Formats: sequence, C-alpha cells, structure tokens
Amino acid sequence: MGIISRGFSGRRSATDAKLPPGQYLTTDFPVLSAGPTPHVPLDQWEFVIDDGTNVLRRWDWKSFRDLPTETFTVDLHCVTRWSKLGTSWEGVSVDTMLADVKTDASYALARSYGDYTTNLPLKDLRNGQAWIAFRFDNKDLAPEHGGPARLLVPHLYLWKSAKWVKGLTLMSHDKPGFWESLGYHIYGDPWREQRYSGDE
Amino acid sequence: MWRVGTVVALHDETATARTIALEVLDWAGHVAGQHVDVRLTASDGYSAVRSYSIASAPNAEKRVELTVERLPNGEVSPYLTQELAVGDRLELRGPIGGWFVWRTQQTEPIQLIAGGSGIVPLMAMIRSRASTGSAAPFRLLYSVREPGAVFYRDDLQTLSDRENKVSLTYAYTRVAPKDWPRPPGRIDAGLIADATWPSNRTPTCFVCGPTSFVEAATDLLIASGHGRDKIRTERFGPTGDRK
Repeated sequence: MGIISRGFSGRRSATDAKLPPGQYLTTDFPVLSAGPTPHVPLDQWEFVIDDGTNVLRRWDWKSFRDLPTETFTVDLHCVTRWSKLGTSWEGVSVDTMLADVKTDASYALARSYGDYTTNLPLKDLRNGQAWIAFRFDNKDLAPEHGGPARLLVPHLYLWKSAKWVKGLTLMSHDKPGFWESLGYHIYGDPWREQRYSGDE
Repeated sequence: MWRVGTVVALHDETATARTIALEVLDWAGHVAGQHVDVRLTASDGYSAVRSYSIASAPNAEKRVELTVERLPNGEVSPYLTQELAVGDRLELRGPIGGWFVWRTQQTEPIQLIAGGSGIVPLMAMIRSRASTGSAAPFRLLYSVREPGAVFYRDDLQTLSDRENKVSLTYAYTRVAPKDWPRPPGRIDAGLIADATWPSNRTPTCFVCGPTSFVEAATDLLIASGHGRDKIRTERFGPTGDRK
C-alpha cells in the first residue's frame, strides 16, 4: 500500500469492481490523439492487408461495407485511466477480413491515416476479439473518435484500437508501433495493468 | 516505480488552479512536455491515480512543479488544489511520454498554442528554453476564457519582455481586458495569420487544450499550410481529468 494521503477518502462506486486496476469510470468519451485528426473521404478510403512486401487483400469503402457486419457492446479502458462501460458499436470482425488470408505470421502492425501505428499479436485480432468498427452508438463514427473506421480491440488498452485504421501488416516478429516506441507497454493488458514499458 | 515527493510550496494560479512544487529526491530528470501519474491513497488502502503535466523546466534541484485545475466533480483534483499542504508527501510515477516534448537541442522555430490549462506542458517548454539559454524562436498563442484565467502571468510577462524573448499573444474567448484590440471570441484564421509563425518557417507546432480547441486549432494550422507531421497535440476531454 502506498503512503496514506492525509484527508483523502476518494470516491468509490459499486461499478469499481468491474474496472481493471487503477481505472476510473467515465460516462463521457474523451479524445486522446498525438496529432491532427485526419479527415478521410470515403471515396479515397481503403483498407489493405499486407505481409510487408505483398498486398494480400484490399477493400475500398463499398467492398468493405459489403462484408457482413456485427453489432457488439464492449467496455473500453484507456491507459490514461478512464474506462467507459457498455459502449455499442457496429463493425466487421477482423476474422472476416482475415478469412481468406493464408499466413504464418504471429504479429500484426495496424496502420492508420495520419501515420499512427500499433502492434499486436495476431491471435489477439482473431476469435471474435477485434473489429474494424464504423458506427458508434447508432451513428457513423465521428472523425475525432477514429472515423470513418477504427480498429477496436477492447480487451487491450485503447491505444491498441487504432483510429483511422487503413490496414494491417502481418509480421513474423513483433515490432513496436508509435506509443510502444515512446515508453508504453508492448502488449497493454488493462487487467494486468501493463501501462508503460517496464510494467510486467 | 512510485517515487515520493514532498510538497515544498503551493501557489494559486487562478481561483481554480494551483501549482504544487514538489521535492523528489530520486527524481531522474524530465523533458519539457512530459507528465507524471499522481497517486492518492485513502486510509483503507483505496487509491486513485491521475496524470498531470509538469510545469517546471528540467533542473538540478530535484524539483518538480505540477499545475492542477480543479474539476467540479473531480475525485483527485479537489484534493490536490484544496487539501494538500506544504510538508505533505505525494506519490508520483514518471516522467511519462516521449512525443509531446521539446528537447533543448531543437533549434527550429516553435509554435505553441494553448487552450486554457493546456498551457501547463507548454510552459515547461518555455521555461526549459529560458533556463538553457536556447535561441530557438518561440511563439505562444494562449487562448483563455478571461483575464483572471491566465496561468503564470508574471513569468510569461518576464519571459516575453526580455531579450531573446518568447513572442506572446493572448486570445480571450469570453471577456477581454478593456481596450483589448480583438473582441472576445474563439481563435480563427485571422488570429492564426497574425500571431503564429507562417508555414514557410516550418515550425514544429505543439497544441494543447480541450478536444474541441485542439481540433479547431489544428484544422486552422493545416488550412494555413502547416504540415500534419509538424503538429503535435495533447488533448483532454470533458472528464479527461488530465491537467
């Protein structure tokens, strides 16, 4: 236990039990981004899966939106310590996007408009754990929250859920993305409180 | 790893914001623009952690200053701005962040744009420039609600008066001082043209403030020709409880 803060009692609520360690509940949807918000016209949008050398799959907005979609409700946990519970989304499962891709890769680098990147084990993108989401709360996803489409991997800290996502590069070895190169944890499991590099 | 800081001074910046000066004996130094996590612990072991930007320049005195804005429904900021006293000990982790930083080796023009308490990490950059004698050309555009909401007024005055000064422009959104040349209002293209580096100087731009402010300011910078890759942002949402 840390040093007791004289006179501090804090504010606890019944929902704290559902939160990962060190998180607090918010009902707003704060925005945190490292740079300007890209505004990507739908007629220029595309999503590419590649292996670093060759394009494996490519969609434009129309062919992407022809894919079967799922609606899902998930909890979000940001490394800056806010959590937002029960958010509802519509998107395409990454399983669907990887269905025809043959690969031995173990990792993926998500790439975004605006040059943001983030790395994940490929298994964290499979088995109903990740989506390319384009609607939030029954509305088209706003640009500041990552629209037209963002990756959503809710079991990891939210920086892994790349906004303005435009593709996945499949890799045999792990390679740190943007925040992972700037002091944040390589994996980012909120339940193990893997915030910064050096956290176990 | 949590470090222990002892409160050595408190200073009210405005009616709702307080600067907390801490002595942290094992502080390993920081870079202007970084933040720390602050942990409060209740007597039963319950703890709450929030992030706050560092306001002070890197220094040899193991001194770290944070400026905290009190949020009406905050859990941590009311304690830090109202309860905390000189001599109290506070746990911190950091410094954190390697993106929204200005390093003293940087010599290119720097454009700082602050909205409200977004001034805090930018002030660390201005102080870092002053304390190292850097000649990097700095401009600050500081948007605030009203004159009483300005942080670091005296320090900013001093640093913008002296030789090798930081060029400083205030923009008031609700209430301006008497005879102020620009009527109160949000920042706009005219103000960006008048008060910031032109894009052909290719400044690195640091924009910090509430999300809506950062969105507006970065859109204006891009519209006036600045490259997206030259703009770094730090945003705090309605309950980001960041600053």
